[in-house]
Amino acid sequence: MALTTRKTSGAAGPEAPGGSRAARPSGGSGAPVRSGVLAALSGARRSLIGLLLLLALLAGLLAWGAGTDRTGWGPKLALDLEGGTQMILSPSLQGEDAGQQITSEQLNQAVEIIRQRVDGSGVAEAEIATQSGSNIVVSMPGVPSAQTRELIQTSAEMNFRPVLTSGPAAAVPEDQRTPEDELPEPTAEPADSSDPNWITPELYQEFEATDCTVPLPPEEREAQPADEPVVACEPETGTKYLVGPVEIQGTGIADASYGTAQNSQGASLNQFAVNIQFGPEATDRFRQLSERLYGIGQSSQGDPRSQFAILLDGQVVSAPSMNAVIADGQAQITGSFTEDQARFLAEQLKYGALPVSFSIQSEQQISATLGSDQLRMGIIAGIIGLVLVCVYSLFQYRLLGLVTISSLVVAGVLTWLAITLLGWSANYRLSLAGVAGLIVAIGQTADSFIVYFERIRDEIRSGRSVPAAVDHGWRRARQTVLASKAVNLLAAAVLYFVAVGNVRGFAFTLGLTAIADLLVVFLFTHPVMVLLTRTRYFGGGGKHSGLSPEALDAVPLYRGAGRLREPGAEHDGLTIAERRRRAAQAGTEAGTPPGTPADTPAGGPGTAPAGAPVGASPSTDRTPEENA
Amino acid sequence: MSRFADFGNALHSGRTSYPFVAKAKLWLTIAAVLVVLSALVPVAKGGFNLGIDFTGGSEFTVSAVPEADVATGERAVAESSDAAEAEVTNIAPETIRVRTEQLDDDETLAVKEALVSAYGVGEDDVTSNFVGPTWGAGVTSQALWGLVVFVVLATALMALYFRTWKMSVSAIAGMLATVAITAGVYSLVGFEVTPSAVIGFLTVLSYSLYDSVVVFDKVRENTEGLLEGTAPPERAGRTFSDQVNLAVNQTLVRSINTSVVGILPVGSILFIGWLVLGAGTLKDLSLALFVGIIVGTVATLFVASPLYALLRRSESAVRALEARVAAPGERAAEPAAAH
Repeated sequence: MALTTRKTSGAAGPEAPGGSRAARPSGGSGAPVRSGVLAALSGARRSLIGLLLLLALLAGLLAWGAGTDRTGWGPKLALDLEGGTQMILSPSLQGEDAGQQITSEQLNQAVEIIRQRVDGSGVAEAEIATQSGSNIVVSMPGVPSAQTRELIQTSAEMNFRPVLTSGPAAAVPEDQRTPEDELPEPTAEPADSSDPNWITPELYQEFEATDCTVPLPPEEREAQPADEPVVACEPETGTKYLVGPVEIQGTGIADASYGTAQNSQGASLNQFAVNIQFGPEATDRFRQLSERLYGIGQSSQGDPRSQFAILLDGQVVSAPSMNAVIADGQAQITGSFTEDQARFLAEQLKYGALPVSFSIQSEQQISATLGSDQLRMGIIAGIIGLVLVCVYSLFQYRLLGLVTISSLVVAGVLTWLAITLLGWSANYRLSLAGVAGLIVAIGQTADSFIVYFERIRDEIRSGRSVPAAVDHGWRRARQTVLASKAVNLLAAAVLYFVAVGNVRGFAFTLGLTAIADLLVVFLFTHPVMVLLTRTRYFGGGGKHSGLSPEALDAVPLYRGAGRLREPGAEHDGLTIAERRRRAAQAGTEAGTPPGTPADTPAGGPGTAPAGAPVGASPSTDRTPEENA
Repeated sequence: MSRFADFGNALHSGRTSYPFVAKAKLWLTIAAVLVVLSALVPVAKGGFNLGIDFTGGSEFTVSAVPEADVATGERAVAESSDAAEAEVTNIAPETIRVRTEQLDDDETLAVKEALVSAYGVGEDDVTSNFVGPTWGAGVTSQALWGLVVFVVLATALMALYFRTWKMSVSAIAGMLATVAITAGVYSLVGFEVTPSAVIGFLTVLSYSLYDSVVVFDKVRENTEGLLEGTAPPERAGRTFSDQVNLAVNQTLVRSINTSVVGILPVGSILFIGWLVLGAGTLKDLSLALFVGIIVGTVATLFVASPLYALLRRSESAVRALEARVAAPGERAAEPAAAH
């Protein structure tokens, strides 16, 4: 193929000064060419060293991680290979808000709550994640008990309870507990929810014995009757509370937000505050509550009974003290919040306003033996496929096939390292669909080499020497490989971002292997080809090298008597009819040089002299020394 | 060297040339007929064989079964649950699959235990899977969304790269034909449409465009400057279609090698998945890919490339070039027209 002097893209231009590999090794001699060859060689060596460093870095990282037991040598496996249960839950809002859209904050809150519940129930290594903004995926090893299933599905409730008493998180040591005869004894029926008469001796003993430094098991958190006092923990501050019956349900919250606090003059204070807006009914109840608690706070300073606790899913998320009577339903919680804490609390309150429950959309239980069977078969299929590809490459490209095989090996090692390291750092898990993606990638990776080798062969057929053919073939192949891999990467990215479930795992491996492929072609395959052309065997187009000019039916450039055939031209790729047409044309156009239109504005140094006979004009992209 | 190399040599020089463009209308007609037939296959078979991910329901797979008797499974399900009907099939050697309407949690566990004792296998050999009826609809709409987004972005990417929307349109047409025919074959074989198969179809889309880009890159190179009159002299006397056809022929060896290398690993997954594992991700995915890679490669040669040549023939500059080539005498008087 003739390369015209028109630069279709910067990368393709043979004179591109930026390209370190844009040197021009050829059969010719002369200082500029030699330095070009040397530049190409040093570029090739640099690329290989770069690749080696990259591999060494990744392998070193993995060795360090595996050596210090932070990760394993192999990729983490997804559920379908390792065995276990995967549930996909879709959220639904309760009560009058049913049918409303769920915001991503609510979903994140829900994930947080489910995570706490599952952790609390003692299931190890459960993974909970949101999927495409509307579903929650819970994966865990083994088969979950009926209790765990229920825990995952039920909605978490928020409510407001007045504090009766509080203490540090840890259980009071047995020998320091209040003796039985000194326990508080109710003297009358409790008058309101803040009444200390709620505290029975049994309840107080429970309060002292409760250890809030470990998460309470979910069944204990669930046993919180609304009309009775309960013991609750606030893990955030490490405080234990004894709280009265429920005063206000979370659903009474109309909205919650956070921002910087303001003083009574409206000037901004340098601290964050969380604002709660109650609905009409709750406003009234909150006014009554605030009157009572504010009164307690005024009469006895620092009494925990002036505090109210906000409980979400049985845990206290905040327990502010009442500093004013709030009649308009607009409460503001201040304290030493960081911005993140304030936002988190506001999100929790919003969640409390619209509690979400879940229904199981899909559940998959895979036994560990079946998973490992599938993995083994997948690996066997991959090895068979790889061997077949190797055999075919050797058959098609002879010794050049070895370059394909070693490139595939390098791509394989790179992909393995990437997947294993991603499993460690980003918790990426290889699924069966991912294994399929990897096996499919063998073919697509090998295609890059095929495109490249076919290009080189085309150039040899056109009469270039092997080193020149490698150089020229690379420039065109590079462009084709980049363009086609862009399509692959695009497909992988779209699949990854749009799709759900195991489609994502597949898309991820496809994208990963496309990148690995590009790295290998640029940093391994091409540099190795450049180095190989320096050897006498490949450079001279040895018989079984896959680059033998005789076998490729090449037409030599030099035809004796100073006549040069144009190296770039496709030699006479015409049908019989076309040849006739052309012969007729040559006859009529004897005086009009057909080369004229080729003199592009960019006309390179080697532009054909006008009037050169067809098939004998030097290629427009070749510098004089190359033709010499 | 092999005869295959000789074949490549002949294609490169043009000694051997297949009329991909010359018979464009014939190839496009055949493709259209195949697409229509592919659309008719599922209709004739009463729709696709949809998996439970799309229909909803419960599914149990019992592996390592010593005696794969279907009746045993039917009895076990009937005794342990209220499921109206159980579809028990022997999907592979030593493997039984049981399908029922969607069961609730307790029933699922009960059926699982019943199957374990009925077939005398270990707890670990029974997997269960249930899918709500809305789940499949979600998967499908997501997949369709993916398709639309991908087609739009890929069209834009190719139009930018090749600087002509006609290549985008041709490549997309080839891709759509590929997917339609692949789906037709899939339906004909009667495999179940599972999420894995959907992944396979989406990958086929990508592969089909990938293949077209490689061939079109050569087409672009061969037709470069042809209309403007800035092409190298040895291309004098060639029409636009001649050059497109030459490009397709010159990349034919690559197309064959690529598809062979692509289907070797996929074929081995299909073989193992089909014969050894019986069902699952590997089998469904690899069938879609196996058919898709072959059809995709063929569609680039017989649909995308000829269509591109046809689309360009409607341009006056392309026709002017043809006229010049056909009547060379007038050429000198009419320097590079149009544009």
